[in-house]
Amino acid sequence: MNGVPSSTYFTVSPEWGWLITLYFFFGGLAGGAYFLAALIDFFGQPEDRPLARLGYYISFPCLIISGFLLIIDLYRPLRFWHMLIESNTFQPMFKYWSPMSVGSWALLIFGIFSFLSFLGALAESDRLRWSAAGRLRPPGAMATVIAIVGGLCGLYVAGYTGVLLAVTNRPIWSDTPLLGMLFVVSAASTSAALMILLAQRAARAVPGLAALHRMELCVLGLELIVLIAVVISLGPVLRAWLNLWGLLLGTIIVLGMLFPIVLNWRKNWLGNLNTTATAALVLIGGFLLRIVIVFSSEGV
Amino acid sequence: MAEPMGFYTDTTVCIGCKACEVACKEWNQLPSTNGGVNTLSGDSYDNTRQLDGIHWRHVKFIEQFTETRQDGRWLLMSDVCKHCVHAACLEVCPTGAITRTEFDTVVIQSDACNGCRDCIAACPFGVIDINPASGTAQKCTLCYDRLQSGMEPACSKACPTDSIQFGTIRELRGRAQKRVDQLHQAGEKRAYLYGADEKILGGLNSFYLLVDKPEVYGLPPDPKMPTRNLASGTLFSILGAVLVGFIGMVSFRNRGARAHEERQS
Repeated sequence: MNGVPSSTYFTVSPEWGWLITLYFFFGGLAGGAYFLAALIDFFGQPEDRPLARLGYYISFPCLIISGFLLIIDLYRPLRFWHMLIESNTFQPMFKYWSPMSVGSWALLIFGIFSFLSFLGALAESDRLRWSAAGRLRPPGAMATVIAIVGGLCGLYVAGYTGVLLAVTNRPIWSDTPLLGMLFVVSAASTSAALMILLAQRAARAVPGLAALHRMELCVLGLELIVLIAVVISLGPVLRAWLNLWGLLLGTIIVLGMLFPIVLNWRKNWLGNLNTTATAALVLIGGFLLRIVIVFSSEGV
Repeated sequence: MAEPMGFYTDTTVCIGCKACEVACKEWNQLPSTNGGVNTLSGDSYDNTRQLDGIHWRHVKFIEQFTETRQDGRWLLMSDVCKHCVHAACLEVCPTGAITRTEFDTVVIQSDACNGCRDCIAACPFGVIDINPASGTAQKCTLCYDRLQSGMEPACSKACPTDSIQFGTIRELRGRAQKRVDQLHQAGEKRAYLYGADEKILGGLNSFYLLVDKPEVYGLPPDPKMPTRNLASGTLFSILGAVLVGFIGMVSFRNRGARAHEERQS
């Protein structure tokens, strides 16, 4: 093909830069933290409830940041509502085959659930004096429905961004179908890492932290496998990473994935700092991973 | 619906005069580059360089010369939006700003576009870009306003060699095939049509007669629809979500069992 590895190389960049990269990170945290919190609510012990609350505390603010980032990234920010309502007819705007269209609705709906669970968590910990909000926390029927639907929406928000990149014609992004999977798994690992970091700052010991740490490492192993699958699936387009981006990706694999897994084996290497260091590396690695994916394609 | 209309561009008779670019800019009131400051590419006589939000026509200068520059040829091609029958930009646009007209052409409604740039990433030809004056994605409209008044688009009207021809797709395809046959008989065996049948995105309503490989002209040999990755991407994401859910469930269930054992002991 005249030295070009894919038909995607004839396209131009949409210039989705830092704002979108940050959105991919915070959107992943918002969705991932909610999903983990719901998971802990359903499968954890009663003493794990503070850890679940922490997930809801992370989710809603991250979602607000996400919405803000998305709106200011538009060239016409005041027209953000055109994603939801067709501006000419004022009919609902929805295309099930366009990830950006479905994602806009998913963010709105997830925002409602994330807000309700945030209120519930505040009420449960007596930070909000509103007894009715306490019913927004499981095990009640309404709260259970909120947590299940919210958790599923959270997973969607965490993963659709990868599918959105794949449903383009840009190099790397549309040359693999695995970015959505990578983003879902990475959202889970970075969310677990942030929850661990914040839980460790709590005055009292938070039960369930060891389980979350275990989960973080298993998910990290899965993330490594998915990332290797992404690299293989790129085929000849992989040459787009034979440069400094590839070097950064290698660094992410070594320091953000392999090293945290090794630290779990060699628990005495860093002593008390072991869990903190693992979480911090996973969080930074997750952010850098999104930088590589967004910017390496922009550079082609 | 009116009969599908479009352009047939015979690159063999283009002389690179850029009258089409000028006519397009004038009719559509597109701003000049960099406020009118003279900007030269520095390595080509082509100073427009690309299609973007303020260049809806671009005459590409493909300068094929030997290193000694003793032998060579110019390939000239007036590039424009292809008004694809299966249009990637229209498919992904989340605001409904991109529509198909009664002439089977593809138009971006500037008042509905919010500048999300999904169409820019989706277009397999790199046609669309943001017009800094409007802050919206813009491209050739195939002079939708002129067509509605029964007029010919400005670019083809201005073309002095009939390299750009406007008409119904059916008529243009017949005319283009005759020209290919004529060139073959004259010894130019490399001549062929790009996008004149359904093989490329269901057909391009702006198709070309070329005399070299598509990629030489900066055209993708096998452009695809962005939604080719939708089903597989979604399924893999669901698989990822199921695996993460399973890991989480096992991690916290095990913790439950451990805590239970600890309480019993």
